[in-house]
Amino acid sequence: MSDSDSSFTLDGRIIAFAPGQTILAAATAAGVYIPHLCAHPDFPPHGSCKLCTVTVNGRDGSACTIQAAPGQEVRSDTPELHEIRRVLLQMLFVEGNHFCPGCEKSGRCKLQALAYEIEMLSPHFVQFFPHREIDASHPEFFLDFNRCIMCELCVRASRDVDGKNIFALAGRGRESHIIVNSPSGKLGDTDFAATDKAAEVCPVGAILRKEIGFATPIGARLYDHAPISRVDLAGQEK
Amino acid sequence: MNTSSAPRKIRIATATLGGCFGCHMSLLDIDERLLALVEIAELDRSPLTDIKHCGAKIDIGLIEGALCNAENVHVLREFRANCKFLVAVGACAINGGLPAQRNRFDVGDILSKVYGDAPDGRSRVPDDPELPLLLDKVYPIHDVVRVDYFIPGCPPSGDALWKFLTDLIGGRTPRLDYPQFHFD
Ligand code: SF4
Ligand code: SF4
Ligand code: FES
Repeated sequence: MSDSDSSFTLDGRIIAFAPGQTILAAATAAGVYIPHLCAHPDFPPHGSCKLCTVTVNGRDGSACTIQAAPGQEVRSDTPELHEIRRVLLQMLFVEGNHFCPGCEKSGRCKLQALAYEIEMLSPHFVQFFPHREIDASHPEFFLDFNRCIMCELCVRASRDVDGKNIFALAGRGRESHIIVNSPSGKLGDTDFAATDKAAEVCPVGAILRKEIGFATPIGARLYDHAPISRVDLAGQEK
Repeated sequence: MNTSSAPRKIRIATATLGGCFGCHMSLLDIDERLLALVEIAELDRSPLTDIKHCGAKIDIGLIEGALCNAENVHVLREFRANCKFLVAVGACAINGGLPAQRNRFDVGDILSKVYGDAPDGRSRVPDDPELPLLLDKVYPIHDVVRVDYFIPGCPPSGDALWKFLTDLIGGRTPRLDYPQFHFD
């Protein structure tokens, strides 16, 4: 098997891949960062946020869902793709309520870190200022759906890893939202536990542990000094 | 023609809407670099000079705060009309920031909660005609006027403001370094 049977090019760089690997997984393994939000190495791809959009042989698609194939020409680090990603981020920001100075996830939030990486200076669009609920019924965790980006990582983790099915996506279009599977709809009435995978996967500040607050000072947080492209590759998705 | 005259100084103005003044504090946080700035620039309308209206056409207008009341809108429109480059400084100007946290409530409900529940049962909602009327919601400034540049942060650091100003004055596209780029 020659090299080109198991490699593609990403922005001109040759990337080797294993059979069945997606473009995103192969790039990550090779130490090249492709922006992404709803993809997580422990779960099958979801393909919903489109932040990982790359151009494969002239056509745009999601790097987290497209399987790597021999000889593909993939472009990711281009001004055009970053512009698309910036607009996607701006839409995510305006459809929720993201007041970072008041968010305990700030400094270790993937949405925020990507906005820094891709230099999103303003939300640009008219903000929805939606009315979304906060659920503080659980003794150890609270939910603030104002910051939920509906990546469904909590849904996938609770269903596929924890076997509890605590979260689900309900509604359609603008009305889409995450619901909690209990008679009251409250997290406190589920068997959600701190040891659950679902307790650690939320990329934003929608599922947060109580009694931590702003314990890590500004300057010592995950993405304070280096961009997500470097931090996440070094930590292989922590 | 007097060829020996120094180049015209850059005119900078600043204004504040519904904000906490933290962004202006950051401007003072550029410390001794202020001395280098006043060599090439002149501060026109600003809460720091107490000048209320722009005297001449402004080159760079920095504005902090969100639109919370009718007067904010008036100040913003006048400021925009006088500035060549309008710069939204800080979270409130850019996305409504802290003031916009009231947007989940009805403004009438807020006023009656805050002022209405006096022990004697009488409402004390301030209604002096001199007071500007509150807007139904708090808005970022780009909802009302064209904004040329944005400097995020709550507040942006002195270093971020300095980087921005030196880039813009130096004729470069303003760009924050990574540690200066933050939303909190
Ligand atoms: S979830 Fe992230 S982007 Fe949203 S407010 Fe919190 S830190 Fe900011
Ligand atoms: S709560 Fe968090 S993990 Fe769940 S869908 Fe929302 S953003 Fe994703
Ligand atoms: S990371 Fe690929 S679509 Fe979200």
